[in-house]
Amino acid sequence: MIQTLLQQIINGLVVGSVYAVVALGYTMVYGILGLINFAHGDIVMVGALTALSSILFLQEAIPGLPPVIYFLFGLLVAIPVCMAVGYTMERAAYRRLRNAPRLAPLITAIGVSFLLQTLAMIIWGRSYHSYPQLISTAPLQIFTGVFVTPVQLLTIGLSAALMLALVVLVTRTKLGRAMRATAENHRIAGLMGVDTNRIIALTFIIGSGLAAVAGVMIASNYGVAHYSMGFTPGIKAFTAAVLGGIGNLAGAMVGGVVLGLIEAIGAGYIETWTGGWLNSSYQDIFAFIILGIVLIFRPTGLLGERVADRA
Amino acid sequence: MNNLSQAIPFFGKRNPKLALIILLVLAFALPLVAAIFGRTWVRILDFAMLYILLAIGLNLVVGFAGLLDLGYIAFYAVGAYTWAFLASPQFGVHLPFWIVLPLGAAFAAVAGILLGFPTLRLRGDYLAIVTLGFGEIVRIFMNNLTHPVNITNGPQGIGQLDPLVIFGLEINRDLQITDTISINSLFLFYYVFLGAVALAVLLIKRLQVSRVGRAWAAIRDDELAAKAIGINTRNLKLLAFAMGATFGGVAGGLFSAFQGFVSPESFTLMESIAVLTMIVFGGMGNLAGVIVGALALACLPEVLRSIALPVQERLFGAVYLDPEILRMLLLSLAMIFMMLLKPEGLLPAQARYSRIEHLPGMKGSGQ
Repeated sequence: MIQTLLQQIINGLVVGSVYAVVALGYTMVYGILGLINFAHGDIVMVGALTALSSILFLQEAIPGLPPVIYFLFGLLVAIPVCMAVGYTMERAAYRRLRNAPRLAPLITAIGVSFLLQTLAMIIWGRSYHSYPQLISTAPLQIFTGVFVTPVQLLTIGLSAALMLALVVLVTRTKLGRAMRATAENHRIAGLMGVDTNRIIALTFIIGSGLAAVAGVMIASNYGVAHYSMGFTPGIKAFTAAVLGGIGNLAGAMVGGVVLGLIEAIGAGYIETWTGGWLNSSYQDIFAFIILGIVLIFRPTGLLGERVADRA
Repeated sequence: MNNLSQAIPFFGKRNPKLALIILLVLAFALPLVAAIFGRTWVRILDFAMLYILLAIGLNLVVGFAGLLDLGYIAFYAVGAYTWAFLASPQFGVHLPFWIVLPLGAAFAAVAGILLGFPTLRLRGDYLAIVTLGFGEIVRIFMNNLTHPVNITNGPQGIGQLDPLVIFGLEINRDLQITDTISINSLFLFYYVFLGAVALAVLLIKRLQVSRVGRAWAAIRDDELAAKAIGINTRNLKLLAFAMGATFGGVAGGLFSAFQGFVSPESFTLMESIAVLTMIVFGGMGNLAGVIVGALALACLPEVLRSIALPVQERLFGAVYLDPEILRMLLLSLAMIFMMLLKPEGLLPAQARYSRIEHLPGMKGSGQ
């Protein structure tokens, strides 16, 4: 009994830390532009598939290297590619709409999301690609009956490191101060000498870089990648951002982990709770239900102070 | 305002009556012209009519009341599955269409209120995400409600649905007039759907200038001000959801009768987005624009398919961009470029009052 719970908590932490990393991207953009970047989830997908292609390329070109090298190479290619995609997206689609009525940027973002999926379909095809298991997935027993795999440990570690780095960047550097000023009020930040266009572009670039890492981690954990793999983590990460209080970095991290835990524990027990009526294939509804409940009863989220009614 | 005659450029404004007659003649003649190019084109037109019905319904929610609904296809699904439950061998129930279709519409309306009630306080992008979640939840249930009792038959869907029979006339079968002359069922469906669209148009045109329609416009433009002048925003928003959903429910029922089977894959997020794109493309809030948008975006991918596939084969000897990719490409590009270049759509709604967002200094984004 207790083993199942512990096991689900570990699974929840792994998934949750990935959600947290993706949620940071949503929350940074929302904090600065008030825009739900619907296409952020698809950046995750671009990251995973770019890394896949580059890993396969390197394995073909120089076989026999230690697996970690391939993995790092995949990451090192995927991160700049995603950053470029994020930058292009901001530059080509969102920048012109900054002063448009509220629905225009959202509809554009949906369009960008589907465009990215379509392009991915053209480049990588419609099929599911099996992802190379470069980091071992052999389970290690930590307690009796409770297992964790190295790739899971890496996911948690890498996510924690990225979050720490981002917090340091935002709170301790000059760039971070400019970002916070822009989020507070971009016109005034501009008057104070902050190049707000550059800061907004950088926000997209940083968020996309984080999404690329998340994409590689998701694909390595599940062992598959395909063109629409970004949608579900994207929507869940958005839920996590809202749960924690959108626009708030700490909130995104807390929200991600909490959502991951709720989902894993919920999926583990839903069958017992509903007397067999529902089973773990309903796992995805938890995120949507939580999203609804949070927005309806506490739209500011767990840690946030922003109001939902900004339409 | 909002006359269908706008759909004909230049001429429509000068002589709206004649333009309307021309449109009617065109609507009747369209399948006959399409038939010249082959049966499939009539089928495409049938689907286009269903999309028009959906677009009219979604436009009521998004264009009139300003509530961005990304889960609209769920109501279509409710209508379609109502038909599948009550007129098929799935549960052995075979009710006639004039019971099933209104029931489907009613269930969809209830679903609309169920979605509307908890989301009353949400606006704009938050509402969009919650409605998207609603659509996904409905789809997850359609896919998984198979045990302990098999209700939806999962991803395989439900087949062998009863045909549509109106006044003893079976629409799913070719109508035999004499031994040699018969009217194909695809044509019959077209005229049934056209009738439904015509009814919807009449209803919407009356509704829009009514007290309710004006109240919706007020809520869309400024909810707080609308409340302040005594509009019951809660009831009117619920009404918008319920009425929009009703259109979806009717369209869903007709769709399942036409198709003969239903499965969850007809009700994906992509379909919700497709209907939204049609509205955005044509001109949100403008009936003529919405119809033109739906017709264009339902038919264009098919036209592209028939042109692009042979061209690709001729040029490259293989098909690189299959029809589904072409459709998605077209829809996503239509969405992005419309928003960037002409956010009000092909045929913009003529606002009687200028919207506050359009005034200088009033921005949607920022602090």
